[in-house]
Amino acid sequence: MIPASITPKTSPLKASTLVPLILFLGLALVPVYAQVFDDRFMMLFATRIAVLAIAVVSLDFILGFAGLVSFGHAAFIGIGAYAIGILSEHDIWEAWISFPVALAAGGLFALITGAISMKTRGVYFIMITLAFGQMAYFTATSLSAYGGDDGLTMWGRTEFFGTNLFANDISFFYLVVGCLAASYLLLRIFTGSRFGRVLAGAKQSELRVEALGISPYRYRLVAYCISGMVAALAGALMANQAEFVSPSAMSWHRSGELIVMCLLGGLGSLHGALLGTIAYLALEEVLSGTTEHWRLIFGPLLVLVVLYGKGGLIGLVTRRPGK
Amino acid sequence: MTPVLQLENLNKAYGALQVTKNLSLDVRPGEIHALIGPNGAGKTTLIGQISGALTSDSGRVLFAGRDVSRLSLPERARAGLGRTFQITQILPEFSALENVALAVQAHEGHSFRFFRNAATDPSLNDKAAAILADVGLGDRCTEPAGQLSHGEKRSLELALALALEPKLLLLDEPMAGTGPAETERLTELLKTVKNRCPLLLVEHDMAAVFELADRISVLVYGEIIATGTPDQIRASKEVQSAYLGEEDET
Repeated sequence: MIPASITPKTSPLKASTLVPLILFLGLALVPVYAQVFDDRFMMLFATRIAVLAIAVVSLDFILGFAGLVSFGHAAFIGIGAYAIGILSEHDIWEAWISFPVALAAGGLFALITGAISMKTRGVYFIMITLAFGQMAYFTATSLSAYGGDDGLTMWGRTEFFGTNLFANDISFFYLVVGCLAASYLLLRIFTGSRFGRVLAGAKQSELRVEALGISPYRYRLVAYCISGMVAALAGALMANQAEFVSPSAMSWHRSGELIVMCLLGGLGSLHGALLGTIAYLALEEVLSGTTEHWRLIFGPLLVLVVLYGKGGLIGLVTRRPGK
Repeated sequence: MTPVLQLENLNKAYGALQVTKNLSLDVRPGEIHALIGPNGAGKTTLIGQISGALTSDSGRVLFAGRDVSRLSLPERARAGLGRTFQITQILPEFSALENVALAVQAHEGHSFRFFRNAATDPSLNDKAAAILADVGLGDRCTEPAGQLSHGEKRSLELALALALEPKLLLLDEPMAGTGPAETERLTELLKTVKNRCPLLLVEHDMAAVFELADRISVLVYGEIIATGTPDQIRASKEVQSAYLGEEDET
């Protein structure tokens, strides 16, 4: 006889349900706030957060959840953005064409670079993903037909069956938040599946998982491709948000920032990454408004959170007394 | 009876150090074959060569009528070679149940299943819970594996191997570091495991070895110096001088 407690029932008030619910509800209400207080900046700021959060959540999936420290994640954002920018140069504005192209490009880059990177471990993996990221960066700077170093200005936004879904502030915001919610939910379902269990197991002991007859390589590679495609989606949205695509979007600084956002929020839960993105950008915004030496405060603050807030911000929120 | 496992002239060297020398050995269906030998005899290396964690320099590993010499560790595991490790390898963040459920899902085939929640899948959990009950961990299912006692971790590792329904189980010092009471419990447990599949048992605890084994092979400096029933081994002068005698002096 098997006790009922073995198959856990998820209670509706668990922190892992409540936290993302609050975060998404908060995001969804930003346009209301912006309307009432006539605050367009808040609207644009929240859009920026939501776009970047898609990329950070996708990074958390392979970094926090699967334990693969990818230091070239900005490349996927850049590839997604360039796909939209380059297609717009050739007068292709339709989302049904440009978005699948952006995702496929991100996925393909992940497949090729991942297949090679996954042969290595630890520091070598970090270094080789960094190298691939930089290769993408320098390739973009040398695309002289598409702006090279200076980047590429788009003369409009992606169209959706001829509607201005992308052009209107509010509808674009909800489109981005919708993409974020869909990415989050999809990745979260993956983490709970058999596929996710293999990834989480291989993170804890590769030898053990191999002795069970599982080769982690293929599972990790698929996870890497999924992550790369989601990050490319973020890039495609980012290109529309700025109506500008530039190589700086895929520099290694940006890859580093993405990792810091993951760490700040707390690794592996996916909504931790969302919280981390909000906190990072908000903090950056507030501090840079107070003093020009804001990085002197920002840096140590991040160190403190990572050192003492074990498990990041999400760890502070969900930690129970006595545990 | 054709042996389940047959090793033919296995060799392995680390630089100039020959760890396994022209070693041949077999495990027959239904038996517990114990491998004993002093520290540094090459027992763990041999287990590695059999399981596929280490590649042999030369020689063949025949398993279930098939040459598996060139297969990797996961491939040999899928072919039915289960193993436990001298240093316990479990997944510490998973509960005991999740550990075994992963083994169950590995045995069922590929895990490219993305949508259904694995934690609430009764086809995985029921099987896993049954195996945990078999090894005496029935009431520890929800405990994080990292929190289990040393002996419990040993049992959990055994459960992981059993979930693969192996054709042969390689056990690398399952009693290492366990107290007398635990050793006794594990010995009784291994007697029941014997009904499921043959075992190749590497062990230092002589009382357990002589109680469990049908045949014993003695490994000294990478060579098998004797193979026989426990009585034959106990009586062998060669073994006594090479190995058992030393134990008496200490």
